[in-house]
Amino acid sequence: MDTDTLALPRTHYLNAEYGITSWLLTTDHKRIGLLFLAAITFFFVIGGIFAGLIRLELLTPAGDLVGDDTYNKLFTMHGIVMIFLFLIPSIPAVLGNFLVPIMVGARDLAFPRLNLMSWYIFMIGAVVTTGAIVLGGVDTGWTFYTPFSTHASQSNVLMAGVGIFIIGFSSILTGLNFIVTIHTMRAPGMTWFRMPLFLWSIYATSLINVLGTPVLAITLVAVVLERAMHLGIFDPAYGGDPVLFQHLFWFYSHPAVYIMILPSMGVVSELIAAFSRKNIFGYTFVAFSSLAIAIFGFLVWGHHMFVAGMSVYGAMIFSVLSFLVAVPSAIKVFNWTATLYKGSISFQTPMLYALGFIGLFTIGGLTGLFLATLGVDVHVTDTYFVVAHFHYIMVGGAIMGYMGGMHYWWPKITGRMYPDLWGKISAVTIFLGFNLTFFPQFVLGYMGMPRRYHAYPDEFQALNVLSTAGASILGVGYLIPACYLLWSLKYGAVAGRNPWGAIGLEWTTTSPPPTFNFDSTPVVTTPAYAYDVIKPREPERA
Amino acid sequence: MHREDAIGAAVDHPSTATLHEPELKHHFDDMAQQREAATLGMWLFLATEVLFFGGLFAAYMLYRVWYPGTFADASRSLDITLGTINTAVLITSSLTMALAVRAAATGERRATMTGIVLTMALGVVFLGIKGVEYYEKFAEHHVPGPGFHFEGQAPERAQLFFSLYFAMTGLHALHMIIGLGIMAVMLYMAWRGAFSRRWHTPVEISGLYWHFVDIVWIFLFPLLYLVDRHK
Repeated sequence: MDTDTLALPRTHYLNAEYGITSWLLTTDHKRIGLLFLAAITFFFVIGGIFAGLIRLELLTPAGDLVGDDTYNKLFTMHGIVMIFLFLIPSIPAVLGNFLVPIMVGARDLAFPRLNLMSWYIFMIGAVVTTGAIVLGGVDTGWTFYTPFSTHASQSNVLMAGVGIFIIGFSSILTGLNFIVTIHTMRAPGMTWFRMPLFLWSIYATSLINVLGTPVLAITLVAVVLERAMHLGIFDPAYGGDPVLFQHLFWFYSHPAVYIMILPSMGVVSELIAAFSRKNIFGYTFVAFSSLAIAIFGFLVWGHHMFVAGMSVYGAMIFSVLSFLVAVPSAIKVFNWTATLYKGSISFQTPMLYALGFIGLFTIGGLTGLFLATLGVDVHVTDTYFVVAHFHYIMVGGAIMGYMGGMHYWWPKITGRMYPDLWGKISAVTIFLGFNLTFFPQFVLGYMGMPRRYHAYPDEFQALNVLSTAGASILGVGYLIPACYLLWSLKYGAVAGRNPWGAIGLEWTTTSPPPTFNFDSTPVVTTPAYAYDVIKPREPERA
Repeated sequence: MHREDAIGAAVDHPSTATLHEPELKHHFDDMAQQREAATLGMWLFLATEVLFFGGLFAAYMLYRVWYPGTFADASRSLDITLGTINTAVLITSSLTMALAVRAAATGERRATMTGIVLTMALGVVFLGIKGVEYYEKFAEHHVPGPGFHFEGQAPERAQLFFSLYFAMTGLHALHMIIGLGIMAVMLYMAWRGAFSRRWHTPVEISGLYWHFVDIVWIFLFPLLYLVDRHK
């Protein structure tokens, strides 16, 4: 079909109402998704600036750009901003908000006002946390380990703790909303095993949000009470145990890794099916592997504490359980690969991100096994090996998935296409820049370079220069999409309902969708990826 | 699932359904679905709350095992009479709450209001007695910090017990205060005649919350007051 014949729908959720209050008081899940998008994009830039400063400092062995105190604050604030203000809300709050009701065939989430409240709670928490940063920063590391955070640190631990506590309620309420929506709002015929795998992964993520976040919340309350009011639950002077803090902290913060990666896995399942025109191989296994990751994720927190004075037996149990997480993760990777086999593959921008995800996540996951192995972990604890490992999961995995998802659903969100060539350039740039940034850090860590120092011995410089060079390429890679996506809002070609020729309820409605998503409630009669049954019309534009 | 039978049938446009059921929000298909969503939402929220208190219970368990003597000493300094009265007050408030929910379900407006008022009154009595207990603790210098003073072995460790005591009962009291706020809203809605046999979900799920806060106390009371009374 010729692009000239396509036009945007006359009314849709973006032009249904105008004015600032129509956004700030909206209960439309799609608009709330965009409110989150604006907020987290801002914090991604802030966190990125901190990362850039860290890499710039590490260009030379001497601690010359910033002092050690400032450096401590830089990596702390990079971690806090990127984890709590960007990664945790990223896919669920933006794409999840936009897509969950559409994918289940509903008019909105179960609790639309609660959804808006989630955004306001997030913003209040974000303002408080940002306040802690502006008023001098925090230097404890994003982990807030006691007794340093409760007794020694002179920085704004209190304010940051309160901010993150508040943000936690946002992710609890969003997760709760998703779970209830998936349970009670599915359209006629949308059985559990006809749901897109994105919904399964969002469901698993939401379980972690609902059950994990409150433990972080109470732990931060205890830290705040200890700092402010002398109640001392972790205070060694009272006979309290700082290691208990680590247990409680990681009981949330390890599952939080899966809050960040599971939604990306869901996105990748959608992309692999759509761009290889095949049903996902082993759909049921991929669906249950999301739940398995969520459940195992709650049982492995101890592997962050192998050198914190844990008993040998405790460490062995946590080590074995940590290996178990590799099973559902590998099920996903193998099944995606099997889906590609004999598929009709097209390498459009979202697909490049998805393939990048599979490669980088595999490296990140396999190096996770190194860290789950007790002997190796003792050798590389607190080195750049750990830094490289979790950046492969969180940047190489979570953000690649986020970018892939944004590129896939952007035409649905805005009604317009971006230039695919620039999309491909950005995907390749990010992939190359990412590997150049973080692969040298595996080597550095294995050679023994510790993390969290602003100066290092001369022999590590060559690899650090490579890493900093990679970071600048990575930064450019993220700037390119910012430019062409904004450009596409006005000048992009009109996308039509289904620019990718993909299967899914979201592709049956207009782009952008109407306020209540569908003109009439859809009735589902086929599995999620029935590419062998339904022959979707050719993409409306080439 | 209740919506399966809708397959193939023409489904109403969102706005038409609201003509019949004033309480039905536009994005739900029917009242049953709306009620199911609200109830599931509250249960999930209570699951969150269990984990929230769970962190403190885990800390209590650890230190109780490590320092049983200190915990026994410190526990005996609490006022068991007031604690027991408070337990009775709170259990009674759950009864009046349950009666209010029942009255709302049968559409008895006055009985609903009476039940809610009694629940609130008992909640206020509980908080009042808790306040008296806190005052006693302040007067006896049992509040952790520089002014702390405790007669007995390992007084510094007793601060651990009192840290947990104030954190746990304080959070519980905060939940009671929030519960009173919710009950005030329920009372107003009942007074306005908002509830009927067809629609009383808010009273029902507020009741769930109230019972949950009650149950937390049922665990706190033995852990904090009774831990060493058998001797």
